[in-house]
Amino acid sequence: MSTTIYIPRDATAIALGADATARAIADEAKKRNIELRIVRNGSRGAFFLEPMIEVDVAGTRIAYGPVSAHDVSSMFDANFIDGKSHRLHLGAADEIPFLKNQERLTFARVGITDPVSVEDYRAHAGYRGLERALTMSGADIVKDVTDSGLRGRGGAAFPAGIKWKTVHDASTIDASKPAFAQTSQKYIVCNADEGDSGTYSDRMLMEGDPLCLVEGMTIAGVAVGATQGYIYLRCEYPHAHRALNEAIANAYAAGWLGSNINGSGKRFDLEVRLGAGAYICGEETSLLESLEGKRGQIRFKPPLPALKGLFGQPTVVNNVITFASVPIILDRGATFYKDYGVGRSRGTLPLQLAGNLKRTGLVEKAFGVTLRELLYDYGGGSLSGRPIRAVQVGGPLGAYLPESQFDTIVDYEAFAAAGAMLGHGGIVAFDDSVDMLEQARYAMEFCAIESCGKCTPCRIGSTRGVEVIDRIRAGIDREKNLALIGDLCETMRHGSLCALGGLTPDPVRSAIQYFPEDFAARNAA
Amino acid sequence: MKQARQAIPIRVEPGESLSPDQRAAVRKATDALRNVPGPLMPILHAVQDELGFIPDSAISLIAHDLNLTRAEVHGVVSFYHFFRKHPPGRHIVYICRAEACQARGARALEAHAKESLGIDFHETTADGAISLEPVFCLGNCGCGPSVLVDNDELHANVTPQSFDALVSQKRVSS
Repeated sequence: MSTTIYIPRDATAIALGADATARAIADEAKKRNIELRIVRNGSRGAFFLEPMIEVDVAGTRIAYGPVSAHDVSSMFDANFIDGKSHRLHLGAADEIPFLKNQERLTFARVGITDPVSVEDYRAHAGYRGLERALTMSGADIVKDVTDSGLRGRGGAAFPAGIKWKTVHDASTIDASKPAFAQTSQKYIVCNADEGDSGTYSDRMLMEGDPLCLVEGMTIAGVAVGATQGYIYLRCEYPHAHRALNEAIANAYAAGWLGSNINGSGKRFDLEVRLGAGAYICGEETSLLESLEGKRGQIRFKPPLPALKGLFGQPTVVNNVITFASVPIILDRGATFYKDYGVGRSRGTLPLQLAGNLKRTGLVEKAFGVTLRELLYDYGGGSLSGRPIRAVQVGGPLGAYLPESQFDTIVDYEAFAAAGAMLGHGGIVAFDDSVDMLEQARYAMEFCAIESCGKCTPCRIGSTRGVEVIDRIRAGIDREKNLALIGDLCETMRHGSLCALGGLTPDPVRSAIQYFPEDFAARNAA
Repeated sequence: MKQARQAIPIRVEPGESLSPDQRAAVRKATDALRNVPGPLMPILHAVQDELGFIPDSAISLIAHDLNLTRAEVHGVVSFYHFFRKHPPGRHIVYICRAEACQARGARALEAHAKESLGIDFHETTADGAISLEPVFCLGNCGCGPSVLVDNDELHANVTPQSFDALVSQKRVSS
């Protein structure tokens, strides 16, 4: 019987050389007349070990990493196929300390299975949630999601069940339209425009377990009575695009998508649509405009997308991780999921360690873990060996936190109380070489580049913000300009239509508040 | 005596200055996709995939085929950073400018790239080999600085040295 070797197809693993390693292993095996079955799995998320390959030895997966193409021949010499010792030998993959103590619910299959194989997905508890959902009424499915306490994982943390209920109950009759123009269509839209810096959990899930997203969206469709779904994917993710399209095609072929889902008589169709490099399209109304083929400018709310969303029809818009958390809730029950977490933050959150850390990667934990544990116990401190000075959580609109805040626990409310935002769970660490004035300036510059231009505080305020910070840096009327930037932040926060203009002040103000020395008068040098 | 009225041609033929190949590529995209809901973005992607950019004249042809105004199509093309109105170099090099990559040295890489290529962002080297573009996050935030080549090939932990090696390699490849 041939041995099974797992080599990730995850974009980060490939960027670190996984494709070259895979080719080298295939070539070397051929040369040595060894029969191998190579599975391109997702990444388990320990990037400091990628490319990490695994060998199935009598049911136990033995890991080696990081394996570059040059290491391959010596690994064959050491007989790694039988899990034998080698310089890069890591032991059983499940026992690697970085992975062992995680609580993987949403990412249970990522790095384990062949991402696009429906058979493999089924063998690892896949589609059990949908099977159960197909026996339930829509209202009961929605109730399960509500009872689980699942909140939107995209950043806004709005309770998913309430959104679903609104769409479930929404009437599709539009009084402003004549009878012939009425349609009963509702939509499920997945926001896969993961533009926040420091976040990659959506990407990893779409590359490592795309069928989980497909299943979650199908359950949503069955629950609210929507027959069409769209995944709005950012075009910066070509690897995820390929994996999703393969998975969707395989799901259709196996009868899990289409006009008769698993013989239930229910319909759900799913399609991937590509964005085109606009950060603002991660805002749900901009995303809908973009899907309709327009400029990605945000819409006024109300009406909520749940009532008038895509093409004016009731629409569920959720993030990738939100949908991907649904199958396990339906499979194991709302209580099972709700038992994880703290306070009003129930379940688990896939956190993403990024930036200047020794061990970066994905850590899925129940809510309640502290920032310090993540940075030091998992992250291993800074990559450069210098002290960690600032941490930005929640993407480019998240506040910069100093060391005094590192004991904040991962919980939506705890972060809000600290003046920060958990957002999509991205954690970016900076060492003490960071210039916080530059980071504040960058936040304004980013807003100026990515503003959709609809509202003035965001469109103009961001450009003025860059100018004011430049004057502070140049030492021109420092005190006055610091007061002015405070004022400007206030205006942007309260006057902007959406979170881009409304939250850009967070990184700016937190930088000024916690790192005032970087905004002090500078030497001419 | 009244002169007979003559029709004045005020309508320019849409897409008049497209080459036959370009016209065929645009028509192929609009014919294949005009009936999908919200067809404009998929059509623009298809045209850019085929031609490498979206020529001005393609805008009027797409507008004509979708029964939109040219302003509407132009507005969409100009809104999204990814759509290009001019032909790029043989390779497009995207450098991530976002915070996670900054924390690992992207600011220095960005400065080095502009200096060594002798161009700014959104420009193409004189030999037509490399176009340099900024990008805000490639989802490789654990292993930055990140560079994406031709929207397909992702590179991690890019240093000024490895950037130069990458560029030289791309220069010799077609």
